[in-house]
Amino acid sequence: MRMKMSPLSKLYVAFIMLLLYAPIVVMIVFSFNASASTSVMTGFSLKWYQSLLHDSATINALKNTLILAVSSSLIATVMGTAAAVGLNVFKNKFAKKTVMGVTNIPMMNPEIVTGISMMLLFVFCARLIGVTDALGFGTMLVAHVTFNLPYVILSVLPKLRQMDKYLPEAAMDLGCTPIQSFFKVTLPSISTGIVSGLMMSFTLSLDDFVISYFTQGPSFETLPIRIFSMTKKRVTPDMYALSTLIFVVILLLLVLLNVAQVRGEKKMHNKLNKGKRG
Amino acid sequence: MKKRSLGEKLVASPYIVWAAMFIIVPLIFVAYYSLTDANGNFTLEYIADIGRYKDVMLNSIWLGFIATVISLFLAYPLAYIMARSKANTQRTMMMLVMLPMWMNLLIRTYSMMILMQDTGVINSVLTALNLPNLHMINTQGAVVFGMVYNYIPYMILPLYNIMSKMDHSLIEAAEDLGGNKVTVFKDIILPLSMPGIASGFTMVFVPSVSTFYISKKLGGNTFSLIGDVIEMQFKSSNNYNLGAALSMVLMVLIIICMMVMNRFTGDDDDGGVLI
Repeated sequence: MRMKMSPLSKLYVAFIMLLLYAPIVVMIVFSFNASASTSVMTGFSLKWYQSLLHDSATINALKNTLILAVSSSLIATVMGTAAAVGLNVFKNKFAKKTVMGVTNIPMMNPEIVTGISMMLLFVFCARLIGVTDALGFGTMLVAHVTFNLPYVILSVLPKLRQMDKYLPEAAMDLGCTPIQSFFKVTLPSISTGIVSGLMMSFTLSLDDFVISYFTQGPSFETLPIRIFSMTKKRVTPDMYALSTLIFVVILLLLVLLNVAQVRGEKKMHNKLNKGKRG
Repeated sequence: MKKRSLGEKLVASPYIVWAAMFIIVPLIFVAYYSLTDANGNFTLEYIADIGRYKDVMLNSIWLGFIATVISLFLAYPLAYIMARSKANTQRTMMMLVMLPMWMNLLIRTYSMMILMQDTGVINSVLTALNLPNLHMINTQGAVVFGMVYNYIPYMILPLYNIMSKMDHSLIEAAEDLGGNKVTVFKDIILPLSMPGIASGFTMVFVPSVSTFYISKKLGGNTFSLIGDVIEMQFKSSNNYNLGAALSMVLMVLIIICMMVMNRFTGDDDDGGVLI
């Protein structure tokens, strides 16, 4: 059933990969350009990487992006996991359907609409309480938590459904309090879902431009916003150097995640085998 | 037991409050702004104004639709090849497809611009090969290409998802019963992959129709899409009411498109294929 790829298939895969990676290769190559041109390669140099180190605005934006991504993904993961646990025991079909429907809205709505809808809310509330510069870290945090939440809920819920629902009850019969049983039984069995929700939120938040663009203020600039203002003018290769660095970091993260997944699966496999033997 | 489920239900309440405040209420605000003027008085002026943007809207939908169809045709064979290959190859290819997706859209689009410029990389290669140069940048074609390039992973992943779960013995059975390749594809593979097509379709169509960065960078100032017009109302013209009215229309249009697509997916209680 699993076949070796035919030459034609290989050619096709190569074609799609070329399409996907051509712009990224261009970016990586020109980040090492000796001149400021982004279309003619004149020689190899690392000067754009050096100039990046001295660009305090960009470094500050990087710091802001990380602060925002870490805090928003953590908040979304805790709140989203709790929501999934609660939703999983909802008996009322209508209530469950309504909540899930609302949860789908940020995933289905165009980002620009999500962005402006929040901007309108923030601007309106700010005017109501008489604040002029309401947009900033706080509003961006709220926006990021909001668009991260559905991804956490939708990656935790299936794990809860797969779990044997009598396990937590058994733990309580054996003397655990409900909270202990949650931390000792439920949490370990849904941990893969929680981790993938967390990772997804983190990367989404790191990468988000559109929603951030409408909810940001001048006091708090993230990397995508900075890139946006840089691409308004003629761009020098230092932006490419920055993007190349981000690309490498993401590549490493994905490889690590993959390795962890393979390991996790192996562990599970071993456990199951042991269980059968013992 | 009863007490426990009550406690468990309660842990969902912070989220429910959050969702009401930051998902539902903002949408109410969009509706509110689209039906009022700058002083907060009721008016239908902005809704009526939308007629002026009819061409922009139709063009956005048309370009988004073309981009989605091209993505589907390019992604379908790839997803099929992926689903039929060895487990390790599948994992690697999956990663290769996802990797560009985590690159910032702005950077990817900007690199595309560099590739397609009149003095860009593609034309340098063409000149080196003594071939005539192509004018690509600032055309509608460039914008469509940018949409395809940026959003094709969203088409590949759901298709791959559904195809890797497909029961291969059905295909074998059809072949054993004398079906040729075309019949097997038409009667077995295509119907079974319909939910994947539907979710890939929405996942590419929605961001393509509503984009503003891709059209700005690859389309130049030669034409604008609905996303550009909305962005302008909020970021430069400061006409929030018109922007809200246009967003309302965009949402309604997309809901209509999704309803049409949902007829293919059937009942799906949690909705959507998570990538």
